[in-house]
Amino acid sequence: MTTKLFANGLFLLQDFPTELQISVDLSWYLSLSAILFTIGVVGVIIKRNAIAMFMCIELMLNSVNLTFISFSSFFRDVNGQLFVFIVMAVAAAEAAVGLGIIISIFRNRESIDVDDASVLRG
Amino acid sequence: MAIGCAISLVTQRNPLYGAVSLIGVFLSLSALYVLLAAPFIAAVQLIIYAGAIMVLVIFVILLLNVEEEERQPLRLRYLVPTAIFLAGALVAEVTFILYFVQTSPYTPSDPGSSNVGLTSNIGANLMTTYLLPFELTGVLLLMAIVGAMSLAKKMPFLVSAPSRTATGSDAEPIAVTVKLTQASQQEEEEK
Amino acid sequence: MDFDSPLVQTVLKLVAIFAAFTVVLMIVAYTVLAERRVLAFIQGRLGPNRVGPGGMLQPFADLLKFVFKEDIVPDKSTRFIYFLAPIIAITAALMPIIVYPFGPEINLPFIGPVEMVVARFDVALLFVLGVTSVGVYGIALAGWSSNSRYSLMGGLRASAQMISYELALGTALVGVVIQAGTLDLYQIVEQQRGYFGIGGWNIFWFQPIGFLVYLIAAIAETNRIPFDLPEAETELVAGFHTEYSALKFALFFMAEYVNMFTVSMLATTLFLGGWNGPGVEQFPVLGLFYFLIKVIFFLFLYIWLRGTLPRFRFDQLMHFGWKFLLPVAIFNLILTATLALLGWV
Repeated sequence: MTTKLFANGLFLLQDFPTELQISVDLSWYLSLSAILFTIGVVGVIIKRNAIAMFMCIELMLNSVNLTFISFSSFFRDVNGQLFVFIVMAVAAAEAAVGLGIIISIFRNRESIDVDDASVLRG
Repeated sequence: MAIGCAISLVTQRNPLYGAVSLIGVFLSLSALYVLLAAPFIAAVQLIIYAGAIMVLVIFVILLLNVEEEERQPLRLRYLVPTAIFLAGALVAEVTFILYFVQTSPYTPSDPGSSNVGLTSNIGANLMTTYLLPFELTGVLLLMAIVGAMSLAKKMPFLVSAPSRTATGSDAEPIAVTVKLTQASQQEEEEK
Repeated sequence: MDFDSPLVQTVLKLVAIFAAFTVVLMIVAYTVLAERRVLAFIQGRLGPNRVGPGGMLQPFADLLKFVFKEDIVPDKSTRFIYFLAPIIAITAALMPIIVYPFGPEINLPFIGPVEMVVARFDVALLFVLGVTSVGVYGIALAGWSSNSRYSLMGGLRASAQMISYELALGTALVGVVIQAGTLDLYQIVEQQRGYFGIGGWNIFWFQPIGFLVYLIAAIAETNRIPFDLPEAETELVAGFHTEYSALKFALFFMAEYVNMFTVSMLATTLFLGGWNGPGVEQFPVLGLFYFLIKVIFFLFLYIWLRGTLPRFRFDQLMHFGWKFLLPVAIFNLILTATLALLGWV
């Protein structure tokens, strides 16, 4: 599969994709997306650092983007790509606000370890 | 390469290395989008994710001087193997679905040139069919800007935190985006 | 030779890439020399003129010096990023070169009509913006991995400056895109083929404000005077490349000049008409010549500004970028969009 991807890539150096020749099955892209998503989930559960958790959430969002785009190219439907565009905008907004919150937590608490932020725990 | 970078993100203890591997994930995903005939989204991914969001994350990591994670305390150790096992189960389920379920009878209509990924097509659709989400996204970004600015404002009073001489005593010259040093100096003034 | 087989096409592309990069690196090397000579003339002295005839071999002497210097390496755990940062900087600086159109279709002797651009795709402008966004990492990571508080602050300031001016840069470019209707740089250049090859340039046809905004933002992006506080910190306190010695410092140095060159090429392509000029239809090779002249003009402008203007303070810099330049760029965008709606553009 990597050789097919490489051939696709060389082809693209000359003639950028308005013509799509999918020589790689759709299922490969979907399984890659699933693997990335599960790695993100594992990261969110494992990590104690708030910023690292945030990065794993971004990873999950990206894997979903990959699914959308692979379906959109397979079915020649542009709606997938538009949705990805909006998801990216939402992720950017969430990144700004989320990082602001993390900074505020750090200001108050001098540490961004989420296990220590358990003041509300009953 | 995407999977390698993602695993590196999760296993790295130093969050800065994690951020660098996330940049690697974004770059490889951008390349994949190009292969999927979505050049506009690939470029946008580069600009937004790899170019802006990760710069913000790296700023925050560098400014807050985040240290490496220590080893987990013993009582939570059981979560890690459980998480990996469940993740493996999820992956197994997904591959099972992908390989053994009947492929749909839908085949792409013309395997020739298609207009889908072109910028003009996306732009036209954004402005006509998807106009409402486009405007709402603008409003959402405005809310995010206002929210981030109000979060970063200097608060009039602070909960006194246990002082750490490491961040309090060296007078950093200028805080670029975060008024962190002003906050810690205010703490010292209040004491 | 069968020119449609993928193998031959690939080889041709590789040759084109190699040629383009070699030319760029040679021009960059001589830009360094030119800068030292021109700055010297502005400041009333001569500049390096001993190595070779009139100092023409000076870049090679500098390169030899850099190669033979002692290579200092940190011994803490940041070694990976220490090595990675200059690589990111120079890769992100060199990558956009593949989309610039150097000239019109030229009939090469064996190969037939060849468009003088290495890769032509329809999101070329966004690609350039994206890659320059990635170039910010080179500086931020370099500042961090040097393990000294001052270089960390210098690196953060530099990257804050770069991302602030990226917005104004992008918004200034959108005016050109609205006017041209495409993101493909080759087509943008072709559309500027106007009256005798000069009148159709974008700088005259409705984009003078855009040109000025772009120029200022580009100077800020490449960390040149008057926006080079992150570098001048090298003279004052410390900068993001203090702990770098020998070849890695040479890479940063080259990355800055390649950035300058890239930005000049983008300005030429978008605003000054690329390879357009009088007489290009009859002799397409003149296109290369005109392109080179325009890029050299921009490089000279950079050096001229360096010799003439003082430096901004950092808060003045950020104030200028966010409170003045970005509103002007947005105003330009609204103006261009209105003109496009009215059908005048």
